[in-house]
Amino acid sequence: MPLARTAMPAQDPKERTKNFDEVALGYSEEMAVREAGRCLGCKKPPCVEGCPVFVRIPEFIQRIRERDFAGAIRIIKSTNSLPAICGRVCPQEEQCEKLCVLGKKGEPVAVGRLERFAADWELAAGVERPSPPRWNGKKVAVVGSGPAGLTAAGDLAKLGYKVTIFEALHAPGGVCVYGIPEFRLPKRIVHAEVEYVKALGVELVTDIIVGRSVTIDELFESGYSAVFLGTGAGLPKFMGIPGENLNGVYSANEWLTRTNLMKAYRFPEYHTPIKVGRKVAVVGGGNVAMDAVRCALRLGAEEAHIVYRRSEKEMPARLEELENAKQEGVIFHLLTNPVRVLGDEKGWVRAIECVKMELGEPDASGRRRPVEVKGSEFTMDVETVVMALGTTPNPVLSRSTPGLTVHDWGGLVIDERTGATTREGVYAGGDAVTGSATVILAMGAGKKAAAAIHEYIRGKES
Amino acid sequence: MYKIVEKAVLTPVTKKFVVLAPMIAKKAEPGQFVIVRNGEKGERIPLTIADFDRAKGTITIVFQEVGRSTADLGLLREGDSILDVVGPLGLPAELPASGRVACVAGGVGVAPTYPKAKAMHERGVKVISIVGARSSDLLIMEKEMGAVSDELHICTDDGSRGFHGFVSEKLRELLQGGARFDEVIAIGPLPMMSATVEVTRPLGIRTWVSLNPIMVDGTGMCGACRVTVGGKTKFCCVDGPMFDGHQVDFKEAMRRSQMYLEQERLAAQVRHEGCAAGGDR
Ligand SMILES: Cc1cc2nc3c(=O)[nH]c(=O)nc-3n(C[C@H](O)[C@H](O)[C@H](O)COP(=O)(O)OP(=O)(O)OC[C@H]3O[C@@H](n4cnc5c(N)ncnc54)[C@H](O)[C@@H]3O)c2cc1C
Ligand SMILES: Cc1cc2nc3c(=O)[nH]c(=O)nc-3n(C[C@H](O)[C@H](O)[C@H](O)COP(=O)(O)OP(=O)(O)OC[C@H]3O[C@@H](n4cnc5c(N)ncnc54)[C@H](O)[C@@H]3O)c2cc1C
Ligand code: SF4
Ligand code: SF4
Ligand code: FES
Repeated sequence: MPLARTAMPAQDPKERTKNFDEVALGYSEEMAVREAGRCLGCKKPPCVEGCPVFVRIPEFIQRIRERDFAGAIRIIKSTNSLPAICGRVCPQEEQCEKLCVLGKKGEPVAVGRLERFAADWELAAGVERPSPPRWNGKKVAVVGSGPAGLTAAGDLAKLGYKVTIFEALHAPGGVCVYGIPEFRLPKRIVHAEVEYVKALGVELVTDIIVGRSVTIDELFESGYSAVFLGTGAGLPKFMGIPGENLNGVYSANEWLTRTNLMKAYRFPEYHTPIKVGRKVAVVGGGNVAMDAVRCALRLGAEEAHIVYRRSEKEMPARLEELENAKQEGVIFHLLTNPVRVLGDEKGWVRAIECVKMELGEPDASGRRRPVEVKGSEFTMDVETVVMALGTTPNPVLSRSTPGLTVHDWGGLVIDERTGATTREGVYAGGDAVTGSATVILAMGAGKKAAAAIHEYIRGKES
Repeated sequence: MYKIVEKAVLTPVTKKFVVLAPMIAKKAEPGQFVIVRNGEKGERIPLTIADFDRAKGTITIVFQEVGRSTADLGLLREGDSILDVVGPLGLPAELPASGRVACVAGGVGVAPTYPKAKAMHERGVKVISIVGARSSDLLIMEKEMGAVSDELHICTDDGSRGFHGFVSEKLRELLQGGARFDEVIAIGPLPMMSATVEVTRPLGIRTWVSLNPIMVDGTGMCGACRVTVGGKTKFCCVDGPMFDGHQVDFKEAMRRSQMYLEQERLAAQVRHEGCAAGGDR
């Protein structure tokens, strides 16, 4: 049994920073079968415990080993409706792969890559179009078309509900379309997942902001028996340091939305512009920061920098993306924090002033708290600054909806067991509840709420 | 898809569309705006709801062709459809229910001013409107404004009609002549709003302005639209677009509106060449 996992072919780092095409190219059938051969098929598989939706990992891998790819995807899809997305973006090293027994001595089985392989195989072979089940006479409204909303809608449709998804933007998919870039998650994959949910009979309405275009009360009045809120955490944070409103300072949300949703990388063919300086600094250390900095390179920046106040060990980004960023030549300034953005006489960014940090005692998150090193200020010449500091739930909906309680930081208050909010018939899940988390956790929350909504509506009938 | 049920050419560079959008019409209040996107490759363009008709399910937008996106939009004809229209966005204007209010409007700013003047007029507020443009052929919505104003003053920068000079100067003249206003609403290009708030500042007259920063989503998600008001950063699309003009950092707003000047020029050039070559637009 080989100890090393099967490598995944990828675009050459020198080439790929010139395009927005996918970086990781996926396993061939041979590679997948070989990698599947490493799995021990554990009787009590620890990997499954690490997966938030309990994908039956050894079973699907066994099918791949037997070249029964259709069987493999069927097993995956019985618990995970978005495998082509999860296989690409799950932080596997923190979840399924973290607990794989092979990881103790060598490298864990590449569960994510195998999941992606099976999902891509199915997309290429042609996805079986589900036939919409018979309508049970009830309607449910889903707000937001991110992973949480799509999952809840899909599950409810399978139970016979007529589901309408209301999406504020002009395109469905949530962060998977406006945030995560094409080179990591091709939009055709998201599109295919959306189409699958639609094939289940789900109606999707874009350009509707619930709370503005229509209120939750009105949804109930127009015959929806329950509402699921999968509105995400779209509100960007800024640092509150001087110079943040200079020309050339972006939130990561704006930077990524212009690039991905509006396709500014194809300006002027696409009409939305983006302004990329020669040197770009991205502040933060998560997936969002990695995506922003790698977009900067692809948008033509000569130098792309990460400025992060903790050390590499604390970086919340997926390991694979951190490695990719390094290969692509991103320059890392760890234990460094910006204190001020400096502008030129015309009000454009010319530099950021930073201070060095050192790690002190662990904080509430269990990570060691960074503290400033006195007198260590220095300036970095940059023309663009992107703030990737995390996001919180957008208050538009909660403010306009009586009866919804939110935490002081903006997250919706729910019953952990069911996803029920403080308002009867209204459920919530995903980033709107947790703050920015992961695709798979959002899906898990959508699933749980769908089941609870089903209970609730049945309970009311009897 | 949102059908254009009526199109009017108000000036060579200003177009008016009446668009079928029943859900938006049902909710719209004076002061709010929509974001439109014309075509798969289009930008998201914020435009004020200049009027709405709940019974007919229509909203009216009036826009000036200042760059590629608005020029492309202007090519649409009656019966065509706009791909995306989302709204109503922003907070409704806080309008007084009595007293005397001066509505100062410059250029295409007349369009966003109109629904506010109309709403106040309907409530019995005395509306004194000062409407201006660079030249007489660029004046818009004069008749509509006249119908909802107790007094209507026309101004042109070049003196081709009415008062010769800026709307802010006309306001100063009225104030110096003894006119009294409980509030002022000033909407138009940034320099015009900035000049107007300087006229009212020494007199302490509350002055509302409607800011129009560059936007992307219009729902509070991106922060492109940040403006500084009273020393605090606000997102114009969710905290505005109406703000207390005496608190607004106009210098910053003007600077930020120039962020894409270079790209806008390129886009205009590409568009121009595309037209000349008879290419698709
Ligand atoms: C740049 C970036 C990279 C990331 N990388 C990873 C990764 O590698 N792996 C990973 O697991 N996770 C990653 N994440 C996190 C992950 O994308 C999110 O946790 C996940 O998308 C949350 O799903 P959701 O359905 O709760 O919300 P979202 O995906 O945010 O979707 C919410 C949707 O609701 C819509 N909406 C909001 N308010 C309203 C309203 N009032 N009416 C109608 N519609 C509304 C929004 O427009 C949006 O489309 C990343 C996030 C970002 C921003
Ligand atoms: C809340 C709000 C309400 C508005 N209402 C109206 C209206 O009723 N009628 C009207 O004619 N215009 C209105 N505008 C301005 C209008 O959105 C811009 O003129 C339009 O987006 C310019 O696009 P363009 O491609 O044609 O021009 P560009 O070539 O892109 O730019 C020309 C000028 O428009 C400004 N601009 C560019 N993009 C934007 C943007 N996304 N948002 C704002 N300004 C931008 C630029 O700073 C530049 O000065 C409003 C803007 C906002 C924010
Ligand atoms: S869904 Fe994510 S965590 Fe679960 S098995 Fe797949 S890659 Fe691993
Ligand atoms: S723990 Fe590892 S070896 Fe065991 S079943 Fe899971 S993937 Fe296979
Ligand atoms: S336009 Fe994006 S936050 Fe206002």
